[in-house]
Amino acid sequence: MAGYEDKSFKWIGTRPVRPDGVDKVTGRANYGADMKLPGQLTGRILRSPHAHAKILSIDTSKAEKLPGVKAVITGKDFPEMHNGVLPGDEGVNFHYLSCNIMARNKVLYDGHAVAAVAAASAAIAEEALALIEVKYEVLPHVIDVDLALKPGAPLLHDDIFTTGVTPKPEKPSNTVQRIQMQLGDPDAAFKDADVVVERSFKTKAVHQGYIEPHAVVAEWSEDGQCRIWCSSQGHFMVRTLTARLLQMEVAQVRVIPAEIGGGFGGKTIIFIEPTAVLLARKAKRPVRIVMSRDEVFRGTGPAPGTSIDVKIGAKKDGMLVAATGEFRYQAGAFPGSPVGAACMAAFGPYALSHVRVVGYEAVTNRPLCYSYRAPGAPLSSFAVESVMDEIAQKLNLDPMDLRIKNGSKEGTQMVYGPKLKAVGNLECLKAIQNHPINKIPLGPNQGRGLAAGFWFNLGGQSSAVVNIAEDGTANIMTGSPDIGGSRASMALMAAEVLGIDYSKVRPIVGDTSAVGFCEITHGSRVTFATGMAIIQAAEDVVLQCRQRVAKMWEVDVEAVKWEDGHARPAGANAGDQKPLSLAQIAAKAARTGGPLVGSAAINAGGPGPAFGVHICDVEVDPETGHVTVLRYVAAQDAGKAIHPSYVEGQIQGGVAQGVGWALNEEYIYGEDGRLQNSGFLDYRIPVASDLPMIDAIILEVPNPGHPFGVRGVGEVPIVPPLGAIANAVARATGARMTDLPLTPPKIRAAIDAKK
Amino acid sequence: MAHIVLGDEFGRQFTGGQTHFDLDVRDVRHLIRTLEGMFPGIGEQLEAGAIAIDNEIIPDPWLNPIQPNSEVFFLPPIKGGK
Repeated sequence: MAGYEDKSFKWIGTRPVRPDGVDKVTGRANYGADMKLPGQLTGRILRSPHAHAKILSIDTSKAEKLPGVKAVITGKDFPEMHNGVLPGDEGVNFHYLSCNIMARNKVLYDGHAVAAVAAASAAIAEEALALIEVKYEVLPHVIDVDLALKPGAPLLHDDIFTTGVTPKPEKPSNTVQRIQMQLGDPDAAFKDADVVVERSFKTKAVHQGYIEPHAVVAEWSEDGQCRIWCSSQGHFMVRTLTARLLQMEVAQVRVIPAEIGGGFGGKTIIFIEPTAVLLARKAKRPVRIVMSRDEVFRGTGPAPGTSIDVKIGAKKDGMLVAATGEFRYQAGAFPGSPVGAACMAAFGPYALSHVRVVGYEAVTNRPLCYSYRAPGAPLSSFAVESVMDEIAQKLNLDPMDLRIKNGSKEGTQMVYGPKLKAVGNLECLKAIQNHPINKIPLGPNQGRGLAAGFWFNLGGQSSAVVNIAEDGTANIMTGSPDIGGSRASMALMAAEVLGIDYSKVRPIVGDTSAVGFCEITHGSRVTFATGMAIIQAAEDVVLQCRQRVAKMWEVDVEAVKWEDGHARPAGANAGDQKPLSLAQIAAKAARTGGPLVGSAAINAGGPGPAFGVHICDVEVDPETGHVTVLRYVAAQDAGKAIHPSYVEGQIQGGVAQGVGWALNEEYIYGEDGRLQNSGFLDYRIPVASDLPMIDAIILEVPNPGHPFGVRGVGEVPIVPPLGAIANAVARATGARMTDLPLTPPKIRAAIDAKK
Repeated sequence: MAHIVLGDEFGRQFTGGQTHFDLDVRDVRHLIRTLEGMFPGIGEQLEAGAIAIDNEIIPDPWLNPIQPNSEVFFLPPIKGGK
């Protein structure tokens, strides 16, 4: 499919204003909470105050009698689902999903939903929640992953039997699975190492920290159909899961996407949509539910806490000879941790002939673990990059030279099997090596940290439609929610293929009844896969234009070529015809066959992995332990940057979130298993004043799997920052810290321990 | 014949430890049916993951052709965040 590498583009690679920009800066853009329907009720959810408890009874009678209350539901109102993953279920256990949305016999975490009300006002709804009487029998709980994996730990489920172990266990446990992948014989290869570093690491659960809380408006109609307005990373996902959980036909559910105020993986699953639909059905009125920030922290899908062991061996010249890693990941209250991806990505930046990764996943009494940018990879990378830094220190090698010497490249076999095709790992390493930051002298208490990161990127199913108006302008529509500027990228790609001005292309995100199926916006897939659908839909229009003009000129279609937005004679056989623009062809569309509509529906493969290399300088205040990030540079292979500003934005956003993960962010639980910091005052995400200007360097090693060479760019930028910051702090303090986040008290303690 | 590589977990659960196979198969569907015939129960598990054919990861594989000299890896499912 390659061939565009040497083509000069007119629109690809430019930086026009985003098509959704004016609505957003003027406040006109509609987010999940902005929808308002006549007669709309307010929905509220009652949540468990306990980390683990049996539900003995729920009495909703007083709430139901409160004037203004129109509906009350509990777990009994949800259909019971099959407990297991059936063929065609795409790996979803609908019993677990339903039980997470509304608890049945047990609550499994502080914040687990137990009942919901719909009322005429928020005040009445809150009053009604207070009138619902839930009797609990509190059970022992477990949150730390190492404790959850131990025999005798409080048991969350009696139907989880560890997979991936032999013999198959006869007793249930919290250990969901064990996975292992291996290349070569690392145990034997370690014997050839001149230096071996083995360390253990711990990290805490963190939240994606999107600013917009989850919000939904649901409307039920008497004929059994429903409409849902919500912000998500995939309205087709909302449709499918809601229909399945409520035992409806998929086509009876229409989901209209709102603008999304951040997702980062946390909105790739549903939490409140079926609840809103059930309330609307019972109340016979539309219902809106908007989560509070406290609910977002306690009741959605934060990333896992982990416990990790990594061992790497190297020769004196820095050549790596073997590596192993054991990755133990929290899963939250139900299975679903990203430990598989963590194992696969951990050693991605390095060419290793002898490597083994082992993963364990354990259910714990905390909210359902869900995706967060490059799920699982930042944590496994943190451990690997920390050990790589120590190897460099022990061998007195430049950490960059160590990484370049061992860097993975085209042909490197990955631990999960396949060999890499064309990738930009070494290009990123060399771009950082040549950056002026390396010449800046460091002062007292300052350190410089380096880390590399890898992420697979995904393709998948996407649909697109290109409608040409009678004046030659274009409306383009996909079903992929725009969470990172993808509408601008779609318009640029359409403009490039059609040969018209970017300003004449208007992109929208269509609802589930307006456009063909699109998978969720995840895996850095949209610019790659949905972009490919847009390219093919635009090429469909171009073909139709050539066919129409061929009719007008009374020649074969091969005699008409498309160039710079015009149909032109391909050669002398077509005669001395004047070029016809898209607008001229569109004006005659009715007379040449009807509207010009291009469409494409694809399942895109060949996404092309992404690599990023980061370097940063920090200063540690030895009195307080506070870390100031002085400088930060990130290089990333984008394949081809469709809109470079949004690639830079993705890099900078990933770094900002990674810095928060490294230095500040953590779920803090009390002895009672209740979350202690469920708000942005106590859960500290970085703000602008915490960060330097992040210098984003885009490298372009074309992905052979995309017509323009595109690779996904949204996830890999969050992989290296944890390691880069930790390595910089280690170099600044002389103390290697292995427990994230690197909070001031921990840093002070590490400095004191060195004295 | 195409060279097929399964993960260690498939080896433990279904194949008695064997993870490398040389098979004469036309496409992914034919491959999964062939392996299911050899190791009953493995097919459903294989369908749940992704596949790399000649180093290209393919989502939802089914009708994708497999050449006689192809190398095929079965991978665990991967989910993304953004």
